[in-house]
Amino acid sequence: MKPNRWLTGAVGGILLAGAAATVRAEQINGAGATFPYPIYSKWFSDYNKLHPDVEINYQSIGSGGGIRQLSNQTVFFGATDGPMTPDQMQGAPGRILHLPTVLGAVVPIYNIPGVDAPLKFSGTLLADIILGKVTKWNDPAIAGPNPGVKLPSTDITVAHRSDGSGTTYIFVDYLSKVSPEFKTKVGVATSVNWPVGVGGKGNEGVAGLVKQTPGSIGYVELIYAKQNNIDYGSVKNMEGEYVAASLDSVTAAAAVAARQMPPDFRVSITNAPGKGVYPISSFTWLLFYENPKDKPKARTMVDFMKWALSDGQKAASDLGYAPLPSEVVALEMEALKKIKL
Amino acid sequence: MKKTPSSRRSADDRGFRLGTGFFALLVVVLVAGIFWELFRTSQLSIDKFGFRFWTGRIWDPVAGEFGALPFIWGTLYSAVLAMLISTPIAIGIAVFLSEISPRVLRTPLAFLTELLAAVPSIVYGLWGVFVLVPIVRHLQVVTPPWLKKVPLFSGPPLGVGMLSAALILAVMVIPFTSSVAREVLKAVPSTQREAAYALGATRWEAIQAALRFGRTGIIGAVILGFGRAIGETMAVTMVIGNNPQISASLYAPQYTMAAVIANEFTEAADDLYLSALIEIGLVLFVITLVINALSRLLIWSVTREVKAKAPRAAPTAVAAKPQAAA
Repeated sequence: MKPNRWLTGAVGGILLAGAAATVRAEQINGAGATFPYPIYSKWFSDYNKLHPDVEINYQSIGSGGGIRQLSNQTVFFGATDGPMTPDQMQGAPGRILHLPTVLGAVVPIYNIPGVDAPLKFSGTLLADIILGKVTKWNDPAIAGPNPGVKLPSTDITVAHRSDGSGTTYIFVDYLSKVSPEFKTKVGVATSVNWPVGVGGKGNEGVAGLVKQTPGSIGYVELIYAKQNNIDYGSVKNMEGEYVAASLDSVTAAAAVAARQMPPDFRVSITNAPGKGVYPISSFTWLLFYENPKDKPKARTMVDFMKWALSDGQKAASDLGYAPLPSEVVALEMEALKKIKL
Repeated sequence: MKKTPSSRRSADDRGFRLGTGFFALLVVVLVAGIFWELFRTSQLSIDKFGFRFWTGRIWDPVAGEFGALPFIWGTLYSAVLAMLISTPIAIGIAVFLSEISPRVLRTPLAFLTELLAAVPSIVYGLWGVFVLVPIVRHLQVVTPPWLKKVPLFSGPPLGVGMLSAALILAVMVIPFTSSVAREVLKAVPSTQREAAYALGATRWEAIQAALRFGRTGIIGAVILGFGRAIGETMAVTMVIGNNPQISASLYAPQYTMAAVIANEFTEAADDLYLSALIEIGLVLFVITLVINALSRLLIWSVTREVKAKAPRAAPTAVAAKPQAAA
């Protein structure tokens, strides 16, 4: 009888624990951008260790998908690399709040036979290369800012993302700001009609194309370049300095932007003014309804955001993201009060 | 062909007939449902562009201008090239396995060919990126300048492009074409070959006779491979260069319908863009449907031919069976 009773107890215990778990653990679903996925998944798993009753599921289906699912209210929160357009805001059933979480940057990478020195690019030069106007590496427009570098007469091959991507959005947003011609001919979106070049799928696709094709130039996320030890060029900022992307130069871009931060945080910080600023930087955002239907979930997510903006930021630089400057964190802590609980 | 009178059919039999009929109907409903859903969700794009969608050459998500022609071109061009490369090889494999190969080699070789079909397409894609593309680029670099003046071989040496895509597709469809072709050749009555030998034919001539006997089935096998090549996504997008342009050059980066859907669907946030991508799916569906209808027609013509020959063919086929088994 003894083992039997023990068994009954164990089974009962498991059943009880199961019942308790299903009652208590709160499941919150979100979807969106792929670019911040590594840090979001770390945040959600760390937060779950601190608060075992909160389970946040995040599907990195892309910014567009995240916005769509949030508008259809199939997820509680969304995530995007480019702020929602006024049309998209109109299409949603309620007011949506953008909350920046971390920062990223996009860097130009290239493969020129015989050139090891890091190259310097101005914004207009990058735009002209991508537009197909500068076609050879020894073009005076490239040689000008790079004295002392022996540039070959190789043809330039442009590699870009073939999949819709926040990385593309940040890159073309910058190029459109510095080149009016780029703005009219190509414009800003997660996928654009590229005038020249070949498309690779994902950061790894573009990096692979650049690595394998002599004379090529492409763009990848800073994190990806760092993790894979890919050399990248520096880019001229508004002050006329050539700055290489680093966590500091990206955070600097955000700190400058914080001074003129619009109240809804929908701001592009590419080509931001200021010393030491890396110009192809951007926020990535989480999206919440200002007046969510599910109040308990809203309270949980507000608590989570407070944690992510304070303790969570410490995890950012390890994963290659630039943490938010303290000015922005302060503004966001204030903005969180807008969410009606 | 069964002559059981309907009055003697048991209830079980009727139930079985209804059950299988239901499943068959389910497929029809499913296909109709897919078509309807694609049509419905691409309405926005159909209304805006109409037939221009099929002939438009610009794909500009920023301006909201969508034309599918470069993708239709890329899909059909890559698939046709893949079939030109793979068909002789696949039929060669089928002939060797069913007619020439020693019995010891037959099973392992057939197994290995069919194993090609089990390799995930992402693996083919990675192999394409790291092995095939550099080889193709080298080929492009050593292309003599006079040959580069020919439109078929023009363009800078990128490696990625139509040729890489066609080659990788060819490898991927070989097992489909070859295994169906092998089955077709197996079904050719051995009396056909025996008759050829009896007339003093060489082995090659006897095989030719067998191929001619099963020709429609073999064409069906090729079309099956063609359908497969049209729908392939992942491996193609990794090596084709993803540039929506219409070019005859084997070296030019191009784009396919399946690839653009896979690439752009997740980030298509505005309604017209999404609708245009779904219409690409609709176009792909229609083209695949036409190709499948063609292959059905071929199979139908084969069965009709067999029926016409029924009085003679039936006894020989029965006689051939025990031989094949032994």
